Amino acid sequence: MDIDPVLLARIQFAANISFHILFPAITIGLAWVLLFFRVRFTLTGDEAWEYAYNFWVKVFALTFAVGVVSGITMSFQFGTNWPGFMETAGNIAGPLLGYEVLTAFFLEASFLGIMLFGKQRVSNRVHLAATFLVAFGTSLSAFWILALNSWMQTPAGFSIEDGQFYAQSWLAVIFNPSFPYRFAHMMLASFLTAAFLIAGVSAWRVRSGVDGPATWKVLKTGVVMAAVAIPLQFLAGDLHGLNTLEHQPQKIAAMEAVWETERGVAFTLLGMPDEESRSTRFAIKIPYAASLILTHDPQGEVPGLNEFEDHPPVAQVFWAFRVMLGTAGLMLLVAWWGAWTYLRGRQPGGALLTALSLMTFSGWVATLAGWYVTEIGRQPWVISGLVRTADIAASHSSATLSGTLFGYIGLYIFLLYSYIHALRYLSTKPARSLALLPRRVPPEIAGERS
Amino acid sequence: MSEFLPVFFLCAMGLALLVYVILDGFDLGIGILLPFADEHEKNIMVASIGPFWDANETWIVFGVGILLVAFPQAHGIVLEALYIPVTVMLFGLILRGVAFDFRVKAGDDRRALWNTAFFLGSLVASMAQGWMLGSYVTGLQPSGMNLAFSALIALTLPALYVMLGGAWLMIKTEDELFEKSVLWTRRAWLPMGVGLLLVSIATPLVSEQIAERWFTLPSAIGLLPIPLSCTIAFFGIGWLLRRPDILRAGYAVIVFSALAVICVMAALGLAYSIFPDIVLGRMTLYEAAAATGSLQFVFWGVAVTLPLIGGYSIYVYRVFSGKATELSYE
Ligand code: HDD
Ligand code: HEM
Ligand code: HEM
Repeated sequence: MDIDPVLLARIQFAANISFHILFPAITIGLAWVLLFFRVRFTLTGDEAWEYAYNFWVKVFALTFAVGVVSGITMSFQFGTNWPGFMETAGNIAGPLLGYEVLTAFFLEASFLGIMLFGKQRVSNRVHLAATFLVAFGTSLSAFWILALNSWMQTPAGFSIEDGQFYAQSWLAVIFNPSFPYRFAHMMLASFLTAAFLIAGVSAWRVRSGVDGPATWKVLKTGVVMAAVAIPLQFLAGDLHGLNTLEHQPQKIAAMEAVWETERGVAFTLLGMPDEESRSTRFAIKIPYAASLILTHDPQGEVPGLNEFEDHPPVAQVFWAFRVMLGTAGLMLLVAWWGAWTYLRGRQPGGALLTALSLMTFSGWVATLAGWYVTEIGRQPWVISGLVRTADIAASHSSATLSGTLFGYIGLYIFLLYSYIHALRYLSTKPARSLALLPRRVPPEIAGERS
Repeated sequence: MSEFLPVFFLCAMGLALLVYVILDGFDLGIGILLPFADEHEKNIMVASIGPFWDANETWIVFGVGILLVAFPQAHGIVLEALYIPVTVMLFGLILRGVAFDFRVKAGDDRRALWNTAFFLGSLVASMAQGWMLGSYVTGLQPSGMNLAFSALIALTLPALYVMLGGAWLMIKTEDELFEKSVLWTRRAWLPMGVGLLLVSIATPLVSEQIAERWFTLPSAIGLLPIPLSCTIAFFGIGWLLRRPDILRAGYAVIVFSALAVICVMAALGLAYSIFPDIVLGRMTLYEAAAATGSLQFVFWGVAVTLPLIGGYSIYVYRVFSGKATELSYE
């Protein structure tokens, strides 16, 4: 079999990072939710918040573990699959990854122990601090890795000598043009992923009859969080798109399947982009909408794909973008339906609960789709306009690469299955808050309350 | 500055990998010992490493991180050449890392499966690390002799890890599990010693450059403390392992420290053997180093955060000091 090794290396990298991001997408948001539960308990003394924490910290630990081990794979992938990347861009990529390890990974990994198992060993205040540091560490790691990824999309603050990159200004490298948008968009994506996960699992618990007061509190937290985050995400996404139009117009052209540069461009709702005939078949269009969204003017000019010598594969980017938007639309509907129910002072009923539990993993779908838009939309470049993906690949044989690729995929399917199975197992166990347990309120809080 | 920085980062990388071997070494060793314990003991063993393993594992990320930050030219060569053992190690680390959680959260009917995954993951990762070390010392050139050498280290490193794991368990456990730990450690003692001895004999045989360094006077005399302290540490451990009452009285930490001394000495010896090369016989650390500007930028990060990391790691170990009890999230 003679498959192009570069293609295999790309598939392997894509498989690994796609698997990895599923878990950070949850932990980044969930860590702050857990801090919220702990703070609520400390302030109100209502044990339901503590039960909520006790349940979700288990899910967090599980998710974090899978995130860590798949992340370790990632840190080796740059060297094993893209040695050329480090040889050309190592002066920039290295320090950013280095700071991620130094400032974020050690922080989260060290205080995780106290957060998970230290509640009886440290004071409530120290435990709160540890929980905060873990949440802060996960967000900080997103900061650094997104700085690197954004730099690869919109490079800035560097010079090139003899085919190697040198940093001229670290501030310009880190706060490159697309970074603020990408960071905001990804943080919101994590909050949404966590919000739908906790709401979905709680709805599932209610429907399976293993709910307690804590379940209802978590459900409401998730719904409110999602209802607030989703319009913000629309806003951030819109701004992100405008930024991309400025810096990577060919990506936008692929996202919208616009072939010719024109004014008053229609938005293609659905269709089959075809690069052979350079047209979109079976297109369903909304007149003027693309110009309106992208230039905020119905007659605005949108650059088309035919303008560019190199442009990314169109159909994948086009479809991934629609999956993200479609999921975002569903999220908006369900989250606002829930918020409306609460605003009218009611409890969510059967239909809403079903909708929420169907949306449990919707954050994963939108996050992955979004990353595919971003990453496939950058092709054929690995560093936009400067370094081609094909020039940085390792020289492994196809046989080696396909062997390890099958290994990884097999392992990931098994782990994903086990993860979801464990989640289901945990969420069908009767709520602890239903059982009459001896009260174990931290002494200083018990003191404050009595 | 441009002379000093590569050396500084080489030291930092060496330190990170050394700390990794000692800290994750005891985690992995306990993983390898898991099948020999009963279910309750397994829980205690896992609990004795539960709060630490993640931070311990981060040291390898840091080590590889420095390789990538400071020596990008070598990073590609080393990891590309070690592609297969690295992949195997990653599979091992993945299985071991997730088994921690799945064995208690996936339901009782799956526990045996995850215990096996924990054991296999630890064993496979340790052997792969040994193999990588062997390939690295032989300059990443896969000849027959070199492969045999790598295989030898792949067998020796797990024995060292089992010793570290056993010593950790002696510190963290009581009663029956303590007795078992002494027994396990005693059984691993001779294999580890023979392995280390063979490795020491074989190293100069597989590499002329290393042989030259070690067997020319007067430097050979200056190097004497390395083999000497290893021998003393080794026999000291053997002596202590036959005196459980001393170990029980809280002196098991000496066994652990003596093992750490062996690791430190081996690292110093290795550093002496190959410095200033970073890929033996092919590339020096100055050739592989990143741009001075990049190194300066990270230098300050390392100088500020490394003491902090050290500080809060010690704090975490102190919070969880004392004998291990089964873990609880509540
Ligand atoms: C936006 C977020 C994000 C993205 C895009 C990535 N990661 Fe990640 N990573 C995290 C967010 C994160 C995290 C939230 O910090 C994790 C995930 C779960 C966890 O527990 O920590 C983590 C864990 C994690 C670890 C283990 C850290 C530890 O030992 O605690 C490593 C080595 C990496 N990642 C490396 C990478 C690399 C090399 C990536 C890119 C190619 C990457 N991650 C993409
Ligand atoms: C209607 C609302 C949304 C709009 C307009 C939008 C817009 C965009 C755009 C234009 C990009 C590509 C940016 C680029 O690479 O240049 C993108 C990427 C992405 N999207 Fe969205 N998005 C929306 C909703 C969502 C939702 C709901 C999620 C997840 C919960 C999400 C997650 C992501 C992620 C993870 C990326 C890749 C990272 C990044 O480039 O920021 N998006 N989005
Ligand atoms: C976390 C979410 C991410 C996802 C789901 C993702 C997905 C992908 C996919 C699908 C590809 C293959 C594109 C193709 O070849 O057509 C790719 C390539 C790549 N990505 Fe990402 N990516 C993510 C984050 C990152 C980050 C944070 C970085 C770097 C800091 C990064 C660096 C790269 C590199 C170096 C390649 C290989 C070269 C290339 O094909 O362009 N990715 N990624």
